[in-house]
Amino acid sequence: MVKVTIDDIQIEVEDGTSILNAARQIGGEVVPPAMCYYSKLPGTGGKCRTCLVEVAAGSEKDPRPMPKLVASCSTPVQDGMIVKNKTSEKVHTNRGAVVEFLLINHPLDCPVCDQAGECHLQDLSFENGGEGTRYEEEKRTFDPIDIGNKIKLHMNRCILCYRCVHVANQLTDKRVHGVLNRGEHTEISTYIEAAVDNDFSGNMIDVCPVGALTDKTFRFKSRVWFLKPMEASCECTKCSGKTVLWMFGNEIYRVTARKDKYGEVEDQDGKAGWICNDCRFEKKDPSKWNIIGPRTINRHSVISQGKYSAARANSQKKIENGDK
Amino acid sequence: MARKLLLEHDSVPGIETFEVYKKHGGYRSVEKALKKMSPQEVVEEVQKSGLRGRGGAGFPTGMKWSFLAKPEGVPRYLLCNADESEPGTFKDRYLMEKLPHLLIEGMIVSSYALGANLSYIYIRGEYMWILDILEKAIDEAYAKGYLGKNILGSGYDLDLRVAPGGGAYICGEETALIESLEGKRGNPRMKPPFPAVKGLWGCPTVVNNVETLMAVVPIVNDGGDEYAKIGIGKSTGTKLISAGGNLVRPGVYELEMGLSVEEFIYGDDWCRGIANGKKLKACVPGGSSVPILPAHLVTKTAAGETRLMTYESLADGGFASGSMLGSGGFIIFDEDQCIVRNTWNFARFYAHESCGQCSPCREGTGWMEKVLNRLEHGQGNLRDIELLEEINKKIEGNTICPLGDAAAWPVAAAIRHFREEFEWHVSHREESQTRNYGLLKESLVG
Repeated sequence: MVKVTIDDIQIEVEDGTSILNAARQIGGEVVPPAMCYYSKLPGTGGKCRTCLVEVAAGSEKDPRPMPKLVASCSTPVQDGMIVKNKTSEKVHTNRGAVVEFLLINHPLDCPVCDQAGECHLQDLSFENGGEGTRYEEEKRTFDPIDIGNKIKLHMNRCILCYRCVHVANQLTDKRVHGVLNRGEHTEISTYIEAAVDNDFSGNMIDVCPVGALTDKTFRFKSRVWFLKPMEASCECTKCSGKTVLWMFGNEIYRVTARKDKYGEVEDQDGKAGWICNDCRFEKKDPSKWNIIGPRTINRHSVISQGKYSAARANSQKKIENGDK
Repeated sequence: MARKLLLEHDSVPGIETFEVYKKHGGYRSVEKALKKMSPQEVVEEVQKSGLRGRGGAGFPTGMKWSFLAKPEGVPRYLLCNADESEPGTFKDRYLMEKLPHLLIEGMIVSSYALGANLSYIYIRGEYMWILDILEKAIDEAYAKGYLGKNILGSGYDLDLRVAPGGGAYICGEETALIESLEGKRGNPRMKPPFPAVKGLWGCPTVVNNVETLMAVVPIVNDGGDEYAKIGIGKSTGTKLISAGGNLVRPGVYELEMGLSVEEFIYGDDWCRGIANGKKLKACVPGGSSVPILPAHLVTKTAAGETRLMTYESLADGGFASGSMLGSGGFIIFDEDQCIVRNTWNFARFYAHESCGQCSPCREGTGWMEKVLNRLEHGQGNLRDIELLEEINKKIEGNTICPLGDAAAWPVAAAIRHFREEFEWHVSHREESQTRNYGLLKESLVG
């Protein structure tokens, strides 16, 4: 066990734990946001740079600070390490910078995006982003494509977290999509559009932090906040069958895995609760499900937390007071 | 004339063949190391020599070797980084074209020191004709018993292979090189773990530059102490510089560390001054990734001392008034050159070569390229100059690998030293679309 201090809160964690996971054990405000790291998918992390934190002291033995900000998702803690996240000005500025970078080529089409309301990029930019854009150039664009008959890929919205690539590598029989090209022309794509077709490919949609991969059986049907999440289960030979049904009245609009407050699938029966494509796409009839009851979802989203109205009230007050 | 260690026999006809190379003292170090020295002794000689990595970062080679993990029953690998693609750098190309056997000799000795039984030369995809030269030389070395099983009866086995890359700059970053060698997309890995612990196929690996591995040969032949006598302070030995740009005599030179920059540019043995009688405007002393220096800081440091060709002297003044020795890609700009255009050119290179893995580099390099493109073509405004500085700061230090830094530094330095030129492009929109800043300035004065 090693002792680590994050934002002045001390915690004892197991050897080899990453800074991010140590912070998650504390919970609350000290947890850095993570767009690409996904604890259930080994090998993810380090790419988006939103989880960068300042290490004010490396360890008990070597208390020198680390010269650069480090990716908390892939840096293991050391005994006596002192980490600054919310309390560091440098982290704050750099996180803002990463948000700016992620948004320059993002279409910001939230009003027509199915992910709105449960989008991690939306939350991230609300918390760390600037008010306007300084990007005057034309955004790079791609045409939306089908990858498989149930998944739509909007590459414009993608932030290249590589999570879906790891899902395809680790959960499905074989990976038929991947990363093409380099630099800002990098894209997630597939050479044969209909090729993604196997039992667990739908989990790509669940791990996508933005609206790049969407469920074709749900697209444009409803905004997520109008739907009622219900915990349900079914007898399934391929997966745990433990899901969340998103319902409107008695109609099932979509089926997802059960996710925790970090947007990651919860463990079911001791292992990650990925769900199969049959449960996700085919069972839209309530009689096929054993509906347990309403699902309490963690209201991490900016919309569900009512932050928009709070922000609006705030600016309203400013206008009334004549502040600038 | 200065002392040469690597390029001593480069002009001998047929030096690329085994026979001629052997006749001129080749492969002595292999015999000495394998028969008379233990691997640890070779490592110690390299440590004593103070040799620093010639690929750009200048990390002490002996120290890098000493970090190599040596778990039981796990193979270790030595990789030669011949993915030379830094704009302005072409020394490894010359070395490998002329002296393939020197590289093989260096790799045998280094592999022996590190306990590697299989070593690779990772060569960039554009150097296909050098691949042929190397393979021919390797075949000769196998035939003569310097590679393969039981080399010279010492009981030491070594296989050496050449692996071509796809021609990506990023694959010169050691972990991206390893990924590429494993057959994957050349994306740099997260560190730690470092290659010395987990490298090629998860095994301990050392990655060294071509010139570094070649320098091991004279170190073993004459001893590390003898090598350390050349040079100044922590910059020991000789360094190959590939001089390019507006020089009377550009080319690859081997110089003893500590030669003054002035002598190197103007000396009769060296580059013989600026071409066409023009004046020096700026210099990029270590390949496109290092900060550019304006004329008054090239031969003298900000403190007024003579600037020397050493790691320390070129870096004197930090980023405010210094630069770096880097990979030795020495680029000279005369008064006719436009710094904005050149900076845009470099930015275009980095935007093209960014692997696209981490957000600051993927988006930032592309953004900088577009803003610089606008400025150079008379479409910019003063805000863009501040914006460039901002983007710079936000890329620097926040990326997985040093490519982000390498893309940010030249832009930051160009704005620092040549701000008025950027401003001219804003205030003279039409002229900057049609005319080159440097040429225009001259015609205004003349």
